[in-house]
Amino acid sequence: MIKHPVTLAGVVLFLFAVAGVGLVALVHQQTEARIIANERQALLNQLNALVPAHSIDNDIVGDVTTVRAPDRLGGKETQVHLGRKAGEPVAAVFTTIVPDGYSGPIKLLVAVRTNGSLGGVRVISHKETPGLGDKVEERKSDWIHSFDNKSLDNPLSAKWKVKKDGGVFDQFTGATVTPRSIVLAVKNTLIYFRDQGESLFQPRFNNREPEDGN
Amino acid sequence: MATSSYGRLIKDGLWSNNQALVALLGLCPLLAVTNTAVNGLGLGIATLVVITLSNATVSLIRNWVRPEVRLPVFVLVIASFVTAVELSMNAWFYELYKILGIFIPLIVTNCAIIGRAEAFASKNSLGRSLVDGLAMGVGFTLALTFLGAMREIIGLGTLFSQADLMFGEIASGLTISLGEDFKGMLLAILPPGAFIGLGFMIALKNIIDKRLTRSRKAETVTSAEPEPAAG
Repeated sequence: MIKHPVTLAGVVLFLFAVAGVGLVALVHQQTEARIIANERQALLNQLNALVPAHSIDNDIVGDVTTVRAPDRLGGKETQVHLGRKAGEPVAAVFTTIVPDGYSGPIKLLVAVRTNGSLGGVRVISHKETPGLGDKVEERKSDWIHSFDNKSLDNPLSAKWKVKKDGGVFDQFTGATVTPRSIVLAVKNTLIYFRDQGESLFQPRFNNREPEDGN
Repeated sequence: MATSSYGRLIKDGLWSNNQALVALLGLCPLLAVTNTAVNGLGLGIATLVVITLSNATVSLIRNWVRPEVRLPVFVLVIASFVTAVELSMNAWFYELYKILGIFIPLIVTNCAIIGRAEAFASKNSLGRSLVDGLAMGVGFTLALTFLGAMREIIGLGTLFSQADLMFGEIASGLTISLGEDFKGMLLAILPPGAFIGLGFMIALKNIIDKRLTRSRKAETVTSAEPEPAAG
């Protein structure tokens, strides 16, 4: 007699668990395709802002290669989106990570054209102080556009710094750390592209030997 | 309380028992996302949907859920709805979803929702629970939006910026700016601004309440002695 209510309670709980999982599964099924499409579209919009859609004819979202260059590109592994037209390389978009933001890593998209100039830089995510460091966002200020069309020759390497350190890039009042680390990360990406850019577009770059992997 | 009218339920939800300003429940999302009016509104509406659905469901099942497993069942119901809402927002309001981010799953931990399920929906009919859920949700949404608007105006000098993320391109005209030169008071959009803002809102509500009681007293012309303020 004592056991009965407990069993009943267990069954009720179980039924609700099944119903809950059922509901979630149903909604998931209904929304899955749309969510994937959304994420893809959002990424495509970001990439197209840096590498105009008319300048390429390949699927830049799907044409990805993964490289390991933590010293230059920040992350353990870095995804590089490749833009091509008629099979010829146009630009590479690095998902560079700035390891030393003021409060945690900053994720960037850095587009480098084959001639070594920047198609542009965007901040994807960051935890910088609102009102100070967050001016690196495109919608908060146009600072991030100061990278447009820059390259390792323009300005010269010694000037790839914020103005406070004797370079050409503005810092913000009250926030020097954020711009300083982003400038350095963009410069490093450009250096990586100068050294390794050619090989990125090689078709077999992705198919490494297993012993290469960690 | 159990026999109070629908009008009373609505008044409770919007004002007298506002979950954010009186019950002080659900403060985690309240304080965290209200740096702009649109963020507050977005999370408010998500919470509104969840609290209404959960109140309705809990009310429907109130007679055959055994008391021993009552709370786990409520949590299951709420968690399922929250996940469903999260997926739906991800699918149809992707930009807003990216901003509200982790706070959508955290609606599960909003005590206001399980509070209403336990204190009201599990003891009342479907209709009354629906109205209660809606009223509480709207009250919470209004508080969130108001706090968000206040912080946005003071901190950023704008109002309803990014409204287009929620209502489409047409709404981008809704954005009001106090002028390019207005730099804003940083404190307002940082976490302390949320606490200070909420404090002012509660104070304001209490002042209004006190005025109302006083004028009501004056109207009925009873004793001239004002009621001592309750804590």
